[in-house]
Amino acid sequence: MPNPVPTPDPTPRLQLRRISKRYPGCLANDAIDLSIHPGEIHALLGENGAGKSTLMKIIYGVTQADSGELLWQGQRQLMRNPAQARSLGIGMVFQHFSLFETLSVAQNIALAMGAKAGTPKQLEPKIREVSQRYGMALEPERLVHSLSIGERQRVEIIRCLMQDIRLLILDEPTSVLTPQEADELFVTLRRLASEGCSILFISHKLGEVRALCHSATVLRGGRVAGHCVPAECSDQQLAQLMVGEAAGLLAHYRKVSGGPAFLQVQNLAWHNPDPFGCSLQGLDLEVRSGEIVGIAGVAGNGQDELLALLSGEQTLARADSASIRFAEHAVAHLRPDARRALGLAFVPAERLGHGAVPELSLADNALLTAFQQGLVSHGLIQHDKVQALAEQIIQRFGVKTPDAQTLARSLSGGNLQKFILGREILQQPRLLIAAHPTWGVDVGAAATIHRALIALRDAGAAILVISEDLDELFQISDRLGALCSGRLSALKATGDTTLVEMGGWMAGQFDAPCHSTAQAH
Amino acid sequence: MLLSLEPRGQQSRLMLWCSPLLAAVLTLGCGSLLFIALGHDPLLTLHTLLIAPISDLYGVSELLVKALPILLCALGLAVAYQARIWNIGAEGQLLLGALAGSALAVNIIDLQSRWALVLILITGTLAGAAWAGLTAWLRTRFNANEILTSIMLNYIALNSLLYFVHGPLKDPEGFNFPQSAMFGDASRLPLLLEDGRVHAGVYFALLALVAVWVLLQKSFVGFQIKVLGLDQRAAGFVGFREKRLIWLALLISGGLAGLAGVCEVTGPIGQLVPQVSPGYGYAAITVAFLGRLNPIGILFSSLLMALLYIGGESAQMSLNLPQAITQLFQGMMLFFLLASDVLILYRPRLNLRWARRAAPSSVHAGAL
Repeated sequence: MPNPVPTPDPTPRLQLRRISKRYPGCLANDAIDLSIHPGEIHALLGENGAGKSTLMKIIYGVTQADSGELLWQGQRQLMRNPAQARSLGIGMVFQHFSLFETLSVAQNIALAMGAKAGTPKQLEPKIREVSQRYGMALEPERLVHSLSIGERQRVEIIRCLMQDIRLLILDEPTSVLTPQEADELFVTLRRLASEGCSILFISHKLGEVRALCHSATVLRGGRVAGHCVPAECSDQQLAQLMVGEAAGLLAHYRKVSGGPAFLQVQNLAWHNPDPFGCSLQGLDLEVRSGEIVGIAGVAGNGQDELLALLSGEQTLARADSASIRFAEHAVAHLRPDARRALGLAFVPAERLGHGAVPELSLADNALLTAFQQGLVSHGLIQHDKVQALAEQIIQRFGVKTPDAQTLARSLSGGNLQKFILGREILQQPRLLIAAHPTWGVDVGAAATIHRALIALRDAGAAILVISEDLDELFQISDRLGALCSGRLSALKATGDTTLVEMGGWMAGQFDAPCHSTAQAH
Repeated sequence: MLLSLEPRGQQSRLMLWCSPLLAAVLTLGCGSLLFIALGHDPLLTLHTLLIAPISDLYGVSELLVKALPILLCALGLAVAYQARIWNIGAEGQLLLGALAGSALAVNIIDLQSRWALVLILITGTLAGAAWAGLTAWLRTRFNANEILTSIMLNYIALNSLLYFVHGPLKDPEGFNFPQSAMFGDASRLPLLLEDGRVHAGVYFALLALVAVWVLLQKSFVGFQIKVLGLDQRAAGFVGFREKRLIWLALLISGGLAGLAGVCEVTGPIGQLVPQVSPGYGYAAITVAFLGRLNPIGILFSSLLMALLYIGGESAQMSLNLPQAITQLFQGMMLFFLLASDVLILYRPRLNLRWARRAAPSSVHAGAL
């Protein structure tokens, strides 16, 4: 449970008054007020695109507000750049780490702190001391590429703690952690707060905000939608603040067991030529027609590699062709178009630049994967058929766009994802593979996408969903498994597993009863 | 900032048409100022540059002769550039086409069949394609940057041509001038006008124009080429064959440049000379971009480029304008055309933005 709210100090550590920031075509922050007291863990809640990232970049001096003022310990401050923010005692842990993989922990920290702080060797005792004090085990001489994602995050946090820290900003820190690792992080953060450090915790996960934070500011569409004490609010209330309406957020779908197996992966192994990439070892996986299988896992544990092998972007030698089968066909040596002809549809993780071409119209993007559906005759594109297909997708899946000639990049993430998913579903696939289908998508669009997946399942297609969002996987999957370091756990029916067990699997404990450790190797 | 550019989010249809007009107005305006500053009557100068050269049929015919090789090369380049394959080697591919066509032509001077011309044209086209094929092979096999290899192959092509025209292909009865024998009549492209040099190559250019238009706008192969250029990962994700498309784009590009070369030697020149091309292959790069890689646009921009070439020459002769001035005028036109294109994707913002910026500065002043 959260610590008692600290006694309010008359002067907040950080106060924002009517901060506004406009980007071309959108008002990212609109007169935002926020104050954080010493020792307070303050949540900044909001959907993707609500303006959280812009606001923290303004606080950290990465970008400047168009209007409004920022008060640091009661003093007006013009935050020109991150170096100035750091000198005031503000530290920030970004979602994407900025570490050199070939250097050691101490070298990375020394680099960030500058020459005055001392050599890596001189810093080592201090690093050990800080890591012990806050319960974050870390060996300063280890090379970063050998660390798990959770450990890398510790490097970033310790880097902030090495200086005299007054305010620590964490951007979605738990999105890369297993549930157990997240709990350990919370212990550290509470300890830090009890020593008087303020923490700004950015998240969209309601449960952890309630467990950790003293107070919360909710953003919606660039404005403050409300302030609240998370411990006193229900998920429903918080979600309502975040999205305006919470319909479909907590929908329950019937679990089924499916028919005969369609996708069969047997002893799939692939050696990654990238020394810091993830190699796959002995994967076994079966997806039946009419069921959804969910694969959980922390990013970078082989998801991208598995997806490339399943979609055909990475092919195997003909000798290994039987390691992936679609029904009776061995396909591991086939290219993507040949696999599509056998019934595959694929929704990649990146919408723009992978799943859709940003500079092409929606109609052309419909043609991109649906060209085997009679849209091309004698080598010429049947433009009217393409247009009709695009309009059908737009209408059936409620894509908000002026017309089918609009460029893909001008659509919002949720709308484009609906379009991409609709494009794949209308091809009536026998197997749909979707990576992070609702990543960065607003709640309304996510519900539409979930319903479409369930409908496709009920129509008899085999569906494989790879996601980092455990809540989503539990919500829609019929069976679940987890990837860790290129190995895949056994699959279990969703009703028979628990969040804790999945957490253990995500950390690589496939057989043993799970302990909570961050060691992913 | 007083003036800032803001992305529109999508192309402005209006500006797509207005930007060339705006560029024309700006060029004429600034050009006039330039000529006034040099003491020339601006109207007369502009007339000499832009209108006099095409005021009679002969002038139009010369314009077409000049525009033809540029158009053929630029159409080919447009195919490659749509795939983001930066073929800079149209010049070399053109020269190789001219060289190979001539090598065949001087050996069949006495052949009276009309197949002679067909054979020569095919040889030249294939030679251009093969020369571009070298670039394709280096790119797909060794991942060598096609910009560098195609430029270097230009020099190899030029020096090969010089070697042959000074050596094996030199006319034995030509008083040791570096040029080949005149081709036989059956090997020459027929003229279209009695009074003028415009020749049957125009038909090839029109054919190529239609073919490239269909390829890029209507065909699925063209769509794949475009996707490959815009987004390599998306092309891989649906299984478009990258290497095959690179080969195809470069072979088309080289073939058309080779055709341009062989049309020059079988058309207006009639023999192989060292100066087959005054840089048509390089001019075509500019022309392809001026035409926004669209075949119709390229048709107009190649005519414009040819007009500037011819007008520049006549301005030198009749007005005594230095060549540098006409080049300056050409450069100005290209500059304004490309600069105006910014407005298609971006919206300029003037005072409005300035006013909004002024407000927070008072807050900042207070903070300091």
